[in-house]
Amino acid sequence: MLTIQEILETNRMIEQNNFDVRTITLGISLRDCCHSDIKIFCQNIYEKITRAGEHLVRTGEDIEAEYGIPIINKRISVTPIAIVAESCHTDSYVPVAQALDAAAKTVGVNFIGGFSALVEKGYTKGDRILIQSIPEALAQTERVCSSINLASTKAGINMDCVREMGQIIKRTAELTSDRDALGCAKLVVFANVPEDNPFMAGAFHGVGEAEKVISVGVSGPGVVKRALEEVRGQDFSAVAETIKKTAFKITRVGQLVALEASKRMGVPFGIIDLSLAPTPAVGDSVAHILEEMGLESCGAPGTTAALAILNDAVKKGGLMASSHVGGLSGAFIPVSEDAGMIAAVERGSLTLEKLEAMTCVCSVGLDMIAVAGDTSASTISGIIADEAAIGMINNKTTAVRIIPVPGKKVGDSVEFGGLLGYSPIIPVNTFKSDTFIARGGRIPAPIRSLTN
Amino acid sequence: MKAVITIVGQDRVGIVAMVSEILAVNSVNILNINQNILDGFFNMVMIVDMKSSKVSLKDMQQTLKGKGDELGLDIKVQHEDIFQIMHRI
Repeated sequence: MLTIQEILETNRMIEQNNFDVRTITLGISLRDCCHSDIKIFCQNIYEKITRAGEHLVRTGEDIEAEYGIPIINKRISVTPIAIVAESCHTDSYVPVAQALDAAAKTVGVNFIGGFSALVEKGYTKGDRILIQSIPEALAQTERVCSSINLASTKAGINMDCVREMGQIIKRTAELTSDRDALGCAKLVVFANVPEDNPFMAGAFHGVGEAEKVISVGVSGPGVVKRALEEVRGQDFSAVAETIKKTAFKITRVGQLVALEASKRMGVPFGIIDLSLAPTPAVGDSVAHILEEMGLESCGAPGTTAALAILNDAVKKGGLMASSHVGGLSGAFIPVSEDAGMIAAVERGSLTLEKLEAMTCVCSVGLDMIAVAGDTSASTISGIIADEAAIGMINNKTTAVRIIPVPGKKVGDSVEFGGLLGYSPIIPVNTFKSDTFIARGGRIPAPIRSLTN
Repeated sequence: MKAVITIVGQDRVGIVAMVSEILAVNSVNILNINQNILDGFFNMVMIVDMKSSKVSLKDMQQTLKGKGDELGLDIKVQHEDIFQIMHRI
């Protein structure tokens, strides 16, 4: 029989420490929707998504009510559009983004991911059209998320795409300047992208996935912070052990929700993503976990080591609690979405360079970084190249979600609203990378790619 | 199916009686009750069996929440599995 302490502990995690299931994401293959006529293709994808996703939101709400665990987001990911739209005779995929947006609105999900292309080794026709369509697509839609994979440990870095994405991010910022470049918050550039990630903005339904699949992303930075308060002053073995136990408990709930959603929707269970995803809410911060370990402010010397312990212990604890773990799994460090990160930037302890170092040991990369509107396309490309190199060499996922906010400069701040939060403008190194970025071509795959 | 009912709020006469009566009327069997007063606040956790319940979990949640709101109590009814999966391997 359960004890009262166990019951109260679970409910305290939920009520006081912001424990929640961050997302139930339904992955849908669009591979059977292809057509040479883009109108028919758009109709096909709209019908398929709305049919497959019809019960997603209600199922999520039912599970939330029955178990008393908040399920914050219900989302949909689809096959990368560059692949499935490639047969269309067209020079723009903006209508496809509009069809995705309409489908998302019909089924009631707040984001749909998969306006994506995988170009780590080179472009196809569809990849080129998709990338050129991104600025307008993100400006004209509300719920569509876009991602590009331009590097991998196996293939190296596509530096032509690195250059192009700097320009695309700038153009997206311009076209959504009336909303403080919100379009850039829905655009991620990856190295070693996982094809089963349920979190936005980088979610898409990989080509090796089943027809439909349910994946769940858990969260709970506040729960980990609270648990670490109990071991203040103890050594790092105690810290790691505490995080592992907490991650185990959190993930078990994610597994329960995933299996229930899978059963009720008749869709196979894919993976649990073990990520600690912060929100701007008080008590839901990854930075505050690092500070709880003994740092005066996130970004102080020791921050990278603290994040490494956190990231590793979350995986070790979570891994034992779920039958299938995947996605990004680790600790996210999105600046504008984390109250502790925002405060650390404001007090000057957290810089872009330190964040870059942290991305060597976190689960993704430079995330939700607001920079001055006059940051050049080649500087943004340089930042992308650095992140891609970290991912490629270290065989890990890295990413860049950077927002050059038109009209804003260092000292200003920007408000994105909701879960996307707000951020001070972060200073960027002003020395130029133009000639480096202009070279283009491919950075060869590293020696560690030859593993066979 | 088993459910866990948690009740938190200002202590007063008749809370246990009120909840028990609603459960009895709906054929919900109480398996375990744990109750105490902490700093003047009433805390109670019940584990109940809803196998023969006349109403669904959702309806029971609404009934008890409504009654709780009337009396200034926070009453939650949750499927037992969320606690089992977190605390038992």
